[in-house]
Amino acid sequence: MRGADYIIKRGFFALVTIYVAITINFFLFRVLPGNAVTDLSRVPHASPALRHALLTEFGLDKPKWEQYLIYLKNLAHGNMGISFANQQPVSHLLLADLKNTIPMVTVGTVAAIVIGVFTGVLSAWRRGSAPDHLSTNTAIFFYAFPTQWLGLMLLILFAGILPAGGMSDPFLFTAEPFWQHLGDIAKHMFLPAATLMLTAFGSYTLVVRSSMLETLGEDYVLTARAKGLPTRRIVWRHAVRNALLPLVTLIALELGFIVGGALLVEVIFSWPGIGLAMYSAIGQRDYPMLQGGFLILTVSVIMLNFVADLLYFRLDPRIST
Amino acid sequence: MTLPIQDPTLAAEGLGVPPRRHGFLRSVLRERKTAVIGLAIIVFFILLSVIAPYISPYSATAQTCAVYEPPSASHWLGCDDGGIDMLSALMQGGRISLVVGFAATFVAMVIGGGVGILTGYFGRWIDTSLMRVTDYLLVIPDLVFAVVIADLWGPSLFHVIIVIGILEWTSTARIIRAQVMSLKERVYVKRAQAIGSGHARIITRHILPQVGPLLMANTVLTIAIAIYLETALAFLGLEDPTVTTWGTILEHAFERTAISSGAWWAIVPDGFVIAIVIVGCFLLGQAIEDALNPRLKVAHLSVRRWRIRPLAGRGPDAI
Repeated sequence: MRGADYIIKRGFFALVTIYVAITINFFLFRVLPGNAVTDLSRVPHASPALRHALLTEFGLDKPKWEQYLIYLKNLAHGNMGISFANQQPVSHLLLADLKNTIPMVTVGTVAAIVIGVFTGVLSAWRRGSAPDHLSTNTAIFFYAFPTQWLGLMLLILFAGILPAGGMSDPFLFTAEPFWQHLGDIAKHMFLPAATLMLTAFGSYTLVVRSSMLETLGEDYVLTARAKGLPTRRIVWRHAVRNALLPLVTLIALELGFIVGGALLVEVIFSWPGIGLAMYSAIGQRDYPMLQGGFLILTVSVIMLNFVADLLYFRLDPRIST
Repeated sequence: MTLPIQDPTLAAEGLGVPPRRHGFLRSVLRERKTAVIGLAIIVFFILLSVIAPYISPYSATAQTCAVYEPPSASHWLGCDDGGIDMLSALMQGGRISLVVGFAATFVAMVIGGGVGILTGYFGRWIDTSLMRVTDYLLVIPDLVFAVVIADLWGPSLFHVIIVIGILEWTSTARIIRAQVMSLKERVYVKRAQAIGSGHARIITRHILPQVGPLLMANTVLTIAIAIYLETALAFLGLEDPTVTTWGTILEHAFERTAISSGAWWAIVPDGFVIAIVIVGCFLLGQAIEDALNPRLKVAHLSVRRWRIRPLAGRGPDAI
């Protein structure tokens, strides 16, 4: 079968990277100087009983390599430790947060891709025209502005028009019809997702533009033109489909950046997601939460990269290695 | 994710002819308008930072006006939450932000250049092991990683510099590696080997000068990322709380109700100076890259990392 090797290779690579991520996560928090989890005196409000429980559960009195094995075993059972701040399992808390993060990030990213593709294609199509300059320069500027600054600007511009923080109106009871609840969430999601969109779309525009310019110079585009196909059809049916391939690579590479942007956006708009959880963990010196959040985000990005690899493989039949 | 740039067969073919190093920057500046604009912006901000203590209208630490005083003739950009003149704060903040940007970039370039040359030149296990580290650092979310480390080590300017430095060397390492792999197959390197030159001599005399311009382009582009990351870390409160940087100005405005006080002047100018510096670095870096290597197709303004990206996908057909 075509490229079974490729899939196995990429899958193996993803697994190795996840393993490296887990190990580095262990080293960061347990072994490096200033390590947090072993230093129980830094745990806020720890009673002697809690200290003892932590000590035995994570084997903090044992040598490092044994701690590492215990860490791996705990992780395999989905045990990421107990949050110092509210004494609940980290994995439960973080999975609940992740469920809030995913829709917001997805909406923001998809909007950025759609806008990026449209403006990129139009710029390449009308190369050198005023709309081309306008959209290229806008793209450059939007992605030079810091994410947090864009978020603050939206807060200023839409103060009073759209909700500035949170994910839903606390006074709206769940007994309300479902669609009203959904509308409420959508209203709250608008500003965070828009910030993420503004910060991400610039690079998509520019990449689609340059890849379109190249595609439009291909022979098959000339052939299509010679056949007398309408320009619109040539652009959207023939050129765009091929020009979007680099975009898949770019989206995968940008995932890490999007996740970082999501962290900032969640802090600005108090969106109750994994980024906000990590931010408050910093303030509360809640290291298990920080460690867990970092691991979940890293592993998600690695897995999505693997998905992008598979997608690329599906889209581009020329790939065989 | 395997970038085609890594492909050894591709690298062996040569990624294009490295330009002569003498007067390279001058020729880039002569031929490309964007390079001139970019360089002008960078030089302007460096000069401004140097002379800031002499020309800044007020002290950047002492209260000189009312809290959130709007812009006026005496305070052009208004005042912040502590009654500090915004213009003076921006000048002072620029000094620190630029120092952080340059210092972090220096760290990143030393590591990235070193790893790139070592892996490209020696290959084998050095290459494999260091490239695994690079692959890992390339996929993980930088900001999240930086947040974790900065938090564990405690807030300080030095930690921020080191964190950014150890995060941002990876793409440089990959690009330099590809270039070195092609360089070491060149005839003149083979001849140097044949007359018995040691590795150290070949690297310093024959390889390093050839990757210089590429390193220069990456340096300029990395400065932009470093400044960007610094503002983000500062915004999350992981910067030394006693210093003023472009990042902490935004953080203070956000934390201390600039928005509900309607004090847009505490936020807007800061974002613009950051964006202008980043665009400046970007224009210059991209111009150098374009001039360097027409075959190494640059996806114009590619990723947020502002790095060289091959355009047409992966595998054997990659450009």
